[in-house]
Amino acid sequence: MYFLIVFLPLLGAIIAGGIALFGARKRHPGAVGPVDAFHHGHHDHGRAHVSHAAHGDHAHPTGGDELTHAHDDHDHGPVEPAAYGSRLAELVTTGLLFVSAILSWLAFVDVTLNDADAHVRIMRWISAGNLELDWAFRVDTLTAVMLVVVNTVSALVHLYSTGYMHEDPHRPRFFAYLSLFTFAMLMLVTSDNLVQMFFGWEGVGLASYLLIGFWYQKPSACAAAIKAFVVNRVGDFGFSLGMFATFALFGSVSFETIFTAAPDMADKTIHFLGHDWHALTVISFLLFIGAMGKSAQLGLHTWLPDAMEGPTPVSALIHAATMVTAGVFLVARMSPIFEHAPDTLAFVTVVGATTAIFAATVGLVQNDIKRVIAYSTCSQLGYMFAALGVGAYGVGIFHLFTHAFFKALLFLGSGSVIHAMHHEQDMRNMGGLRRLIPVTYWMMVIGTLALTGFPLTAGYYSKDAVIEATYAAHSGPGLYAFVLLVTAALLTSFYSWRLIFLTFHGAPRASLETMSHVHESPRVMLAPLFVLAIGALLAGIVFHGSFIGEGHEEFWREALFTGEHNEIMHHMHEVPAWVVYSPFVAMVLGFALSWLFYIKQPDLPARFAGTAPAVYRFLLNKWYFDELYDLIFVRPAKWVGRFLWKTGDGKIIDGYGPDGLSARVIDVTDRVVRLQTGFVYHYAFAMLIGVAALFTWFMVRGL
Amino acid sequence: MTDWPILSLLTFLPMVGVVFLLIIRGNDAAALRNVRHVALWTTVVNFAVSLVLWAKFDPSNPGFQFVENAEWLGGAINYRMGVDGISTPFIILTAFLMPFCILASWTSITFRVREYMIAFLALETLMIGVFSALDLVLFYLFFEGGLIPMFLIIGIWGGARRVYASFKFFLYTLLGSLLMLVAILAMYGAAGTTDIQQLLAFKFPAGVQWWLWLGFFASFAVKMPMWPVHTWLPDAHVEAPTAGSVILAGILLKMGGYGFLRFSLPMFPLASAEFAPLVWTLSVVAIIYTSLVALMQEDIKKLIAYSSIAHMGFVTMGIFALNPQGVQGAVFQMVSHGLVSGALFLCVGVVYDRMHTREIAAFGGLVNKMPWYAAAFMVFTMANVGLPGTSGFVGEFLTLIGAFSANSWVALFATTGVILSAAYALWLYRRVVFGPIRPGLEAIPDLSRKEIALLVPLAVLTIVYGVWPAPVLDMSAATVDAMLQTTHAAIDAASKVAAR
Repeated sequence: MYFLIVFLPLLGAIIAGGIALFGARKRHPGAVGPVDAFHHGHHDHGRAHVSHAAHGDHAHPTGGDELTHAHDDHDHGPVEPAAYGSRLAELVTTGLLFVSAILSWLAFVDVTLNDADAHVRIMRWISAGNLELDWAFRVDTLTAVMLVVVNTVSALVHLYSTGYMHEDPHRPRFFAYLSLFTFAMLMLVTSDNLVQMFFGWEGVGLASYLLIGFWYQKPSACAAAIKAFVVNRVGDFGFSLGMFATFALFGSVSFETIFTAAPDMADKTIHFLGHDWHALTVISFLLFIGAMGKSAQLGLHTWLPDAMEGPTPVSALIHAATMVTAGVFLVARMSPIFEHAPDTLAFVTVVGATTAIFAATVGLVQNDIKRVIAYSTCSQLGYMFAALGVGAYGVGIFHLFTHAFFKALLFLGSGSVIHAMHHEQDMRNMGGLRRLIPVTYWMMVIGTLALTGFPLTAGYYSKDAVIEATYAAHSGPGLYAFVLLVTAALLTSFYSWRLIFLTFHGAPRASLETMSHVHESPRVMLAPLFVLAIGALLAGIVFHGSFIGEGHEEFWREALFTGEHNEIMHHMHEVPAWVVYSPFVAMVLGFALSWLFYIKQPDLPARFAGTAPAVYRFLLNKWYFDELYDLIFVRPAKWVGRFLWKTGDGKIIDGYGPDGLSARVIDVTDRVVRLQTGFVYHYAFAMLIGVAALFTWFMVRGL
Repeated sequence: MTDWPILSLLTFLPMVGVVFLLIIRGNDAAALRNVRHVALWTTVVNFAVSLVLWAKFDPSNPGFQFVENAEWLGGAINYRMGVDGISTPFIILTAFLMPFCILASWTSITFRVREYMIAFLALETLMIGVFSALDLVLFYLFFEGGLIPMFLIIGIWGGARRVYASFKFFLYTLLGSLLMLVAILAMYGAAGTTDIQQLLAFKFPAGVQWWLWLGFFASFAVKMPMWPVHTWLPDAHVEAPTAGSVILAGILLKMGGYGFLRFSLPMFPLASAEFAPLVWTLSVVAIIYTSLVALMQEDIKKLIAYSSIAHMGFVTMGIFALNPQGVQGAVFQMVSHGLVSGALFLCVGVVYDRMHTREIAAFGGLVNKMPWYAAAFMVFTMANVGLPGTSGFVGEFLTLIGAFSANSWVALFATTGVILSAAYALWLYRRVVFGPIRPGLEAIPDLSRKEIALLVPLAVLTIVYGVWPAPVLDMSAATVDAMLQTTHAAIDAASKVAAR
């Protein structure tokens, strides 16, 4: 069954990829005969005409049912006809994903109710010396939860995309990437060792690179794609070193071996960079750097907002529910290591809480609807890490679980808005959409209620639990996190309602012409919203008992490790009443402020920004992280690269080496020139004879 | 092991092809077609023979197999051939890549086709000879002989600055090999034999090892190439015809790594241990330095050449980690790089044949007109940046994990190469392939069937070896383990003596 769950999406990706490639082949036939300087040959001109003619012929049958309005999200010049087999690729990938999702829910029930943990070995991957690792699946509650999250959201996003991407001429490619991404994510969460996890880890990185850069004609999309990959690689640098250190310490990278041996290693040291360090602290710290990259934590977050250049369904899948939560998953999966590394855990909490507040402040002033949600994601991931850092792993994963529903809902909802507005993303050009697209409006409101933690919605259970856990930790970092997270809750409520108010309420700011074309999305797009809305409303109330309540030990079993002194899961239910109410108060306050700013007195924001222009600019420019990195990494790297090339290689090495020599032995080059004029064989022969003669002479002399 | 001398057959079969090429008369179209077909089928048959070698090779045997012995030069030197787990992968790789080279030159080489094909077939003989020679002198002849056809390929069929490039190539390699020649003579003087098997058992005194190691190092470091004797490679690549680059990156660079494994480690273990930090340093410098330089290149081929140097840095680092992960990773990395860089140079050749330029700025938006090309190039780019699931990952991962056990600083700095490689490779890809189609490229045709036939097998192998690297890893495992055991035994023995 797990075999099917993981490999069905891959099968879909391969089929859709094949359709994309062979369809493209029909459109752009390859060269025939010599390709030499194609633009000079008559023959080639002829072929170019033929291929254009082919375009025309096929435009009618496939492009005839295109809707009348055009995408302006991406400009691909003259409108291309849809790729061959677009429909087939959609159906195959979406169908396979739904099968996979249904199987995931069955697996979830099986694992949680019947305790049917599984270990499936597929084949040997790498073996060298004492390093042996397999392709294998390890399925426990944690994996089962992730399977459900990944496949459910992915299946819905596939379905949604059949509507959203309807006019795109490259749908087979898009669906191939989506399914490829899903496959990589599944490999990540089912892995039984660190290296296979790294395979999934980098695999989702590749797929996200491809998806962010899907509209490759937009320079900004290409730049964002590269940025996402490279910044993630910075995190992967930590992950890699973490893997190496794990192998150095445990002699293995398989979870089973590591987790069994971890308690014995709790006091061991490792020699790293010239010092002896507490081994598990080093390993967990390095792995956490990887998690920071994937989960866009402060410092390595800069790629996430830019990643909004990709199509919106991609953001819902990758940048809300799945890939960005991989870091959270990693820490939870490695809890047997982290639990023995209190210093790292403290660091995790501090980074998480700081990210939560940082991203929330930036989210306050963004005008791009998707970027607001992106910063919100960044902030919510900070909540998850804060919970993990105080040892409340179940709480962190619970928030991951509920967040997947309401954040995917918000992203897909905003996609529906963008779709309705003909790919307008700037909220300053929206407003008053409530009556025109009521279904989308209500779905977005449900998502917002869940995100801000309105009582009984999913976010209410998980987010408040995070805040309570940080308080219950009774530690310095815990308290720090508590204060910041409550504040962030206020900001979250403010920017979330700001988004709703700016988009749906007030007077329309778009042109009459645009407003007259605003339309509710088709049913394939609304259906996924309904499903996610149900999740956003009910996921908390249904599952909180098992994830974080009385039944949590029974539910998680061996999947999450908590040390014997870790009582956080009990303490968090015994916090004072004011702690329990504080996030609620923050939420109400945030809503009230937002209402005041954007409904009651819409001129307030501008006046407010005017009184503190420096702060406003600081927030609007995202704390100047991009500028800072450009200044200290990107430019120096380019400068050093050019310097090493021109001066290092050119002036110094070549200057004193071969060029200097050759200048002195000019006639050697002269002789070389004569090579072309018929001395080839003589030269080669003379050379061989020379070598042989030299040898013979030495041999005869006997040395 | 076997009744017939399969290694000699593999080595000299291409020379039979050369004889045929010399027999073919005339320069008309029919003759040229025959020339090309003879060259192609010679290399294809030779590849088939190498598969027989693979099938008959016993990976559990750490020693030499298929050994041949014959007297030569009146007994002064013996003709000795044989292979083990370190050399066999390279022989198969060589035989595998040769048909690709011939095919890649099919239409792009238009003058002196016969001589060109002869040069390539001679090169094949010499390269396979290098990997199967079991006598120092024989090895040296093959090793240095390989220089000549390559020199000619660059110097005659190369680009505009071919004379400069071939001269630079020649100068560097000759200087290196002269020092190796001196070392070889000294070894003969000390051990009284040039039989590699006997030399492997011979224990050179520590002080002698030091000098011999340096002599060999001079030659192998240039061949790898290691920083700072690498500057010949970018020039050689840029000027070489596509197939020349494929062989240069695919096989010739590997001779240095092979040399370290065949000679430096097992014959001079004490010196190897002593010089390991030097090699690590140079490797790490190479990885970071050349990656940064690659970032700023304006010529596609030069960029890939610099990235080759960085990848070879992982190889030297892995070899001198002196542990199974490092050494096996190095062997794997060399094989993988042979496939991936070969494929990347073929990719450059595809657009060069169409546009006659390799300048990055001259391209852009190729994906709009060449989707197959974009897909193939993407696979190799990802293998180049070491994405797990491609062969590029396995080598990098193993060498790094080996280096970490040896010295965590080395691993730390080398791992930054992983970030830089992503930066330069993806930036290159973006500038060449993504974006709107550049004016003037609107009619550029996608891959021809022949080009697909060249790139698809390489792409498939890249992924297969990434998921299932066992064929290569298992082949080298026994030999590497045995070699490391004797190496470490020698080092331990020496340190015990020193302790006393």
